[in-house]
Amino acid sequence: MNITEKILARGAGKSKLEPGEIIFANVDSVMLHDVSGPGVIKVFEKLKKEGEINVEKLHDPSKVWVAEDHFVPSAEKVSAENIVKLSKFTKQYGIERHFRYGMGQYGICHTLSHEEALVLPGEVYVGGDSHTNTTGALGSFACGLGHTDIAYVLLNGKIWFDVPETLYFKINGALPENVMAKDLILKIIGDIGTDGAANMAMQFGGDGIGKMSVESRLTLTNMTTEAGATNGIMDPDQKTFDYLAQHGAGPYTAIHDDNDAQYFKTFEYDVSELEPLVAKPFSPENVVPVQETTGIELDKSYIGSCTGAKYEDLEAVAKILKGRKVKTRTEILPAAISIYKKALANGLIQIFMDAGAVVGPPTCGACCGAHMGVLAKDEICISTTNRNFPGRMGHVESQTYLASPLVAAASAVTGKITDPRDL
Amino acid sequence: MKGNAIKYEQDNIDTDVILPGTYLKLHDYSEIAEHAMEGLDPDFHSKVKEGDFIVAGKNFGCGSSREHAPIALSHSGIKAVLARSFARIFYRNAVDGAFLLPLEIDEDAYKGISDGDELEITIEKNEIKNLTKNQTYSMKPFSEIISKIISAGGLFKYKP
Repeated sequence: MNITEKILARGAGKSKLEPGEIIFANVDSVMLHDVSGPGVIKVFEKLKKEGEINVEKLHDPSKVWVAEDHFVPSAEKVSAENIVKLSKFTKQYGIERHFRYGMGQYGICHTLSHEEALVLPGEVYVGGDSHTNTTGALGSFACGLGHTDIAYVLLNGKIWFDVPETLYFKINGALPENVMAKDLILKIIGDIGTDGAANMAMQFGGDGIGKMSVESRLTLTNMTTEAGATNGIMDPDQKTFDYLAQHGAGPYTAIHDDNDAQYFKTFEYDVSELEPLVAKPFSPENVVPVQETTGIELDKSYIGSCTGAKYEDLEAVAKILKGRKVKTRTEILPAAISIYKKALANGLIQIFMDAGAVVGPPTCGACCGAHMGVLAKDEICISTTNRNFPGRMGHVESQTYLASPLVAAASAVTGKITDPRDL
Repeated sequence: MKGNAIKYEQDNIDTDVILPGTYLKLHDYSEIAEHAMEGLDPDFHSKVKEGDFIVAGKNFGCGSSREHAPIALSHSGIKAVLARSFARIFYRNAVDGAFLLPLEIDEDAYKGISDGDELEITIEKNEIKNLTKNQTYSMKPFSEIISKIISAGGLFKYKP
C-alpha cells in the first residue's frame, strides 16, 4: 500500500485497503476556524432542536484545535460576534487549544498546523477548510471537510472516506535560482487542470522533494486543493522529522510507502528547467510563463496566506525588496505570529517597511475577499495566494494573478508584472 | 421531483461565485441564500423559484469547503444540481448535510436541457425527463454509500 492507503487503513482498523473502498476512519486531529466553527455551531443547534442526537459532549476535545484566521481583526460586528460564539463553544466543550487573535501565537490555521506541530506524521487529520491538504507535506492524511462532516467528527470521532487513488508526482532535480515551489505547483495545476486530481491523492516524491525545504513542500501540498485532490501527501524523511522536532512535536509513529506501493498514475517533472510562472485570471489552471505577462500594470502586490507567507516566502520577498522601493501598493501579511516575530528579529520587517510596503497582522483577509485589503472593480493584483476565481479577492471584476513570492516582490518594485530574473 | 432548469453553460463554477467570501461571516441560512450565485448571476436571487434545478458543466462547486455553497442554493429553493461532474467537498457537503441532490449527467442531458426547461427527475430510475422538449436522459447512479446517506436524510441520520 502507499502512504495514503496505509494511514487510512490504520485509521479504519484494517490491515489492507483498496482505492474505492468506503471506510469510516478514526480521526486523530480536527481543526475548525472562525468560519467553519460557527458553521459547526449552527449544525449543533439544528441537531439539538431535532432532539435525536446528544450534542452536549464531544467525542474527544483533546483532539480538537481552533484557529481565528479568516475574519480577524473583526472589521464589523458580525465577524466580532462569530469570534465570541467560537470562544463560548471552546469553553463549553473543553477545547483547550484555541489560538486567539491578540493573545500570543495565532495565525492562519494551515500555518499553525506546521508552526506548532499540531498534526503529526501518520495521523488522520481533518479540518473545516479546503486547504487542510497543506499539512500532508509532513506525512499525514490531511483532508478538508464541510461543517456537517466536522460536526460529525467532533461528536463521533470518525468520518467516512472513499479511499482515493493516488497520483504520484516524481520530482527530479533542483529548482533554479528565482524559481520556487509555487512555480512547480502552478506548472502541475496548469498541466492537469482544476479537476485533474478530483477525488484522488496527490503524492510528491523523488530527489527534487528531498532537496526541498519543508516550507517549500508545504506550498506544493497546499495547492493540491486547486487540482481537486482529496489530500496532498509526502512520505516523511529526516528533514520532516528535524522540522517537527524544532517545532516542538510530541511522539509519533511515521508511516511510509510500502516497497510495492501502487499509484494510479505517475508524472515526472525535471524542475531544473522550470521558469517563473503565473496563473492568469480567472483560474489557477490558467498558467503561463511570467514572461508572457510582463509589463501588465498593477494596483497591488499581495504577499500573504497559507500558501505564500511562510518565513521562507518572506525571506524571498526581502531579498528583492532590500534597498528598493515599491511602485505599487504592497501588502505583506506574515501567516502566523511566530513567522512575524522571526521576520522582525531578522530584519525583514525593516526591509519591507523601508521599501514602502505595509505589514499587516496574520489573517486570511483579502486572500478570500473577506477584508483587510480587498480589490476594487478593475483593480489588478499579483498575489502569492492560491485562488483567482472571479471575485475571489474582492470585486467580481477585479483580477488576480497568482505567482511566487519572488515574482510578487519583483512586480512590487516595478509596479508591473515582472520576472525576477529581469531585475 | 419536478421543476425548471436554470442553466449555466460553463465548467468550474466555483464556490467563490456561488457564495462570495465576504458572506462567509453569515450563518443564518436565509441570509446566506440572499447572496446565492451573486458572483456569476446577480439576478439569481430574484428569479429562482422553489423546486428549481441548476444545470451546469464540469467540476461544479470547485474551490472552498464552505458549506455555505450548498446551503445558499438549497435555501434559495434549489432541489438538485445537475452537472457533468462535481468537486469533492461540494458533493459531500450537499449529501451529508442533506441540502440538495448532486446529480451527475451526461453530455446528452447537458446539451439537451435549455434554460427554463421543465424537468421531471426520478431518482429510483436514474432518469431525467425533459417535459418541455419531450426528451429522456439517464444520469449516473449514486454510489452505495451516497445512496444510503441520501435515503437516511443526511449523515447524522445514517446508521453505518
